[in-house]
Amino acid sequence: MEEVEKSQTVAGEASKPVPPAIDHPVKMRTRNVNVHYGEKHAIRNVSLDIGEREVTSLIGPSGCGKSTYLRCLNRMNDTIDICRVTGDLELDGENIYSDNVDVVQLRARIGMVFQKPNPFPKSIFENVAYGPRLHGLVSNRTDLDEVVKQSLRRAGLFDEVKDRMEDPGTSLSGGQQQRLCIARAIAVGPEIILMDEPCSALDPIATARIEELIDELRQNYTIVIVTHSMQQAARVSQKTAFFHLGDLIEHGDTPQVFTNPRDEKTQGYITGRFG
Amino acid sequence: MTDASDSVMIANQKEKVRESLRKRLRSERRFRAYGVVAISFAVLMLVFLIGTIISNGYSAFSQTWLKVDVTLEKDLIAPDGRTDPKTLRENGDFRASLIESLVAKFKSRGREEERLLMAMFSTSAEQTLQEHVIRNPNEIGGTVSIWVRASSDIDQLYKGRINRDLPQTSRTVKDIQLRWYDLMAAERRIDSRFNKGFFYSGDSREPEQAGFWGAIVGSFFTMLVTLILAFPVGVATAVYLEEFAPKNRFTDLIEVNINNLAAVPSIVFGLLGLAVFLNFFELPRSAPLVGGMVLALMTLPTIIISGRAALKAVPPSVREAALGLGASRVQVVTHHVLPLAMPGILTGTIIGMAQALGETAPLLMIGMVAFIVDIPGGPTDASTVIPVQIYLWADSPERGFVEKTSGGIMVLLIFLVTMNASAVYLRKKFERRW
Repeated sequence: MEEVEKSQTVAGEASKPVPPAIDHPVKMRTRNVNVHYGEKHAIRNVSLDIGEREVTSLIGPSGCGKSTYLRCLNRMNDTIDICRVTGDLELDGENIYSDNVDVVQLRARIGMVFQKPNPFPKSIFENVAYGPRLHGLVSNRTDLDEVVKQSLRRAGLFDEVKDRMEDPGTSLSGGQQQRLCIARAIAVGPEIILMDEPCSALDPIATARIEELIDELRQNYTIVIVTHSMQQAARVSQKTAFFHLGDLIEHGDTPQVFTNPRDEKTQGYITGRFG
Repeated sequence: MTDASDSVMIANQKEKVRESLRKRLRSERRFRAYGVVAISFAVLMLVFLIGTIISNGYSAFSQTWLKVDVTLEKDLIAPDGRTDPKTLRENGDFRASLIESLVAKFKSRGREEERLLMAMFSTSAEQTLQEHVIRNPNEIGGTVSIWVRASSDIDQLYKGRINRDLPQTSRTVKDIQLRWYDLMAAERRIDSRFNKGFFYSGDSREPEQAGFWGAIVGSFFTMLVTLILAFPVGVATAVYLEEFAPKNRFTDLIEVNINNLAAVPSIVFGLLGLAVFLNFFELPRSAPLVGGMVLALMTLPTIIISGRAALKAVPPSVREAALGLGASRVQVVTHHVLPLAMPGILTGTIIGMAQALGETAPLLMIGMVAFIVDIPGGPTDASTVIPVQIYLWADSPERGFVEKTSGGIMVLLIFLVTMNASAVYLRKKFERRW
């Protein structure tokens, strides 16, 4: 089976080795992922392993498919009618696209933070409490309060909002809103958090806060982050994957990718020759 | 190319720019002037329209009453001596007592003069007298002084809408009636009161007795049926088409057809109602039930279109956030999208209902144009609605119905303005930014 896959890969592209994740056990294993938007072939034969409790960053020029790939990981692409995903995507050895996987449960295990902070137009408390209520994780108000407080604390937001939990979530600043979204994702108790350019709408100070937070969250969660900023990728991630025009060009330890890229496209992008 | 020719060119250019700037400023001023003229014209027309309606219609809300002394002769009112309400109602000849007293007072001679005399009083005067006597049976045998409604002609005379200088033949009020009127005026027997009857009685052939309440109640039941049918169906359709339906040729066709339905002349819906609801399903004619069903069909496209617009205006980021937390598509809609879109949907619904409230044509087709005196007690009773009542009054030849028509329009306008104002209020109150 493995042999067949490899030969297909080789047939499709010249060489696309999958570097083994040595230091961390594999949390998600994806093989030969292809995504089509109608006629457009958005992602071609991407095979990537995501290690547990580390940060994997996906970099690449606009339109390279990194966000599309990220959205495959929690099946957010399901909501787009014309989008078709093929290939093997496994979470702890279980195919997440198989028929007996419930997408609701999957998204409870794989949380997501979006590019633009998108708190619900409800109170701060309600924003965080929505997920636990939805999944029936808490049985009474005291437990719910505790979960909300805990999540806000982990997202580093609790001290700033503890006196105004009933204010609308949209009244916070951009950086606070994004941390609220992170708290909201954490409250469901996910194993993996996907972040789609979480800092692109924020100022440098708010960005620094989020980056610190990502570093702390790494202790408990597996994180996949899409970013346009190579400095950010270098700062927060342990593994980096470089995408270009739907292909995964290179994947490896972050220092290696940035200092000693194997592929000249990666080299070109990192040194700013294109992108 | 010398320096001199360069500087000449620059000077020319400056002159050209200055000239074109002048032109541009002029055209901008002209454009602004067009706008001001257009708006002034519109405001003037609106003032003229409202002014005409109010000046014609304000008098519909007052009514002229006349005080008469009536001798309650036992022989006429209680010939067998019994004075319980039932007997009085059956046997009492109140009209005769009224005629006798009035003839005695105004000394009219002959049948023609008696007819003219009685024509000064509303036919409801007899009833007013009867009710007074039933309440006070001990006054039988004596003389009572009571206020009764004037006839519509005298009402119009009191309101100054009848020109006394015209020759008698082209006046509805004759010379002798004018003399009697002046006599009563001298004795302070004429009074103007608020026209309560306009708000609690049904239609009548006599303008002074015609009320608007029947039409208001009819409109209420019609709107109720329309709302109950159109709102849930419209919202469900909008939600399905916007949130769940696959985008294919079939749903495109449905969308185009809904947009077309919004532009279909309303009378076509009336014909549909006539053919389907009345002739095929044999539902009651002239009933608010059927009127409401027809108007619901007419209002549906408005609700669906505005509902879809409101749903579309909910940013996709809210949907993504909820989906990302593991909400199902139905939960995304019921927990987030629909509550956020509700103000917009309600605004659209109110606008649609206001449109339905003012609709006449389709209701003519299903028989809601009948002359109905009774106040409808439910949605299956025969009734009319506000705009149809206005249409019926506008069609009546009596002078007294002119003010009723305008009065009715004022009531309708008040309802419409209230509805639209509440729509604006809702929109402002629940407007969200994100």
